Amino acid sequence: MDTLIFIITAAIALIGAVAMVVARNAIHSALFLLLNFGAVAVLFLLLYSPFLFAIQLTVYAGAIMVLFLFVVMLLGAERIEDAPDQIAWQRPLGIGLGVVLMLVAMATALRASAFAPPPGGEALATFGDPAALAALLFTHYLLPFQITGIILLVAVIGVVVLNQRGRHRSEEAGREDARTRRREDARR
Amino acid sequence: MVPTAYYILLSAALFAIGVLGVLVRRNALVVFMSVELMLNAANLAFVAFARERLSVDGQVLVFFVITVAAAEVAVGLALLVAIFRSKRTADVDEVSVLKG
Repeated sequence: MDTLIFIITAAIALIGAVAMVVARNAIHSALFLLLNFGAVAVLFLLLYSPFLFAIQLTVYAGAIMVLFLFVVMLLGAERIEDAPDQIAWQRPLGIGLGVVLMLVAMATALRASAFAPPPGGEALATFGDPAALAALLFTHYLLPFQITGIILLVAVIGVVVLNQRGRHRSEEAGREDARTRRREDARR
Repeated sequence: MVPTAYYILLSAALFAIGVLGVLVRRNALVVFMSVELMLNAANLAFVAFARERLSVDGQVLVFFVITVAAAEVAVGLALLVAIFRSKRTADVDEVSVLKG
């Protein structure tokens, strides 16, 4: 039963990933990536990680994908690859190198990993319990946890600063307008 | 139960597809999505190994990766919007000048 679910979910994940790379429209790419995230979330559940399943769905499939879709629609950058490549041999070379990497990575995975069924039984019943994860997170990994908080804060500040420039410019433009208007008024 | 090797194989395939996307696509947004796909593939390998070793540390690491990825996406997309404002394009071939 587990194997059947794994095969179906893995197929969906692979289809989503390939379709994301192949799709011409960036919105379609984002939606295929969403499909892939959902499939990987199910795989997390299959690997006894209910907490990561929830996080994957809320943070990745929820927040991050909404951000992507928003930006794609905001910029109107769905289709910008209609023009041919500036470097003609770039695409074939990229595909060739990618396929080589895939073969090497899969061969390494085949050689290095265990095909024996993983340990099971009673240990798995309590494994992946959100409480156990939280206990580890707030004791052994407390410092990294705090640093992650700082990283998120810095990211928020960074986003605000990066997108502030346009507002400044329009304010300056507004001031310029007011100045010229005043000058014109004085002339009259 | 599914052997760990199958998960690692799937993870390797997903990672390679992400690399292909970064190498082949020119739309910066799709390149960015491919990076997310690679992060996701690495997460899958982490969780698979965590079950193999019966150690929760792998899951904690995935938690951190997801959090940092969220921050990275926010900053990256803000950069893309800023680039789009000044260059009017999201094509990575067009953005080849350091001057803003």
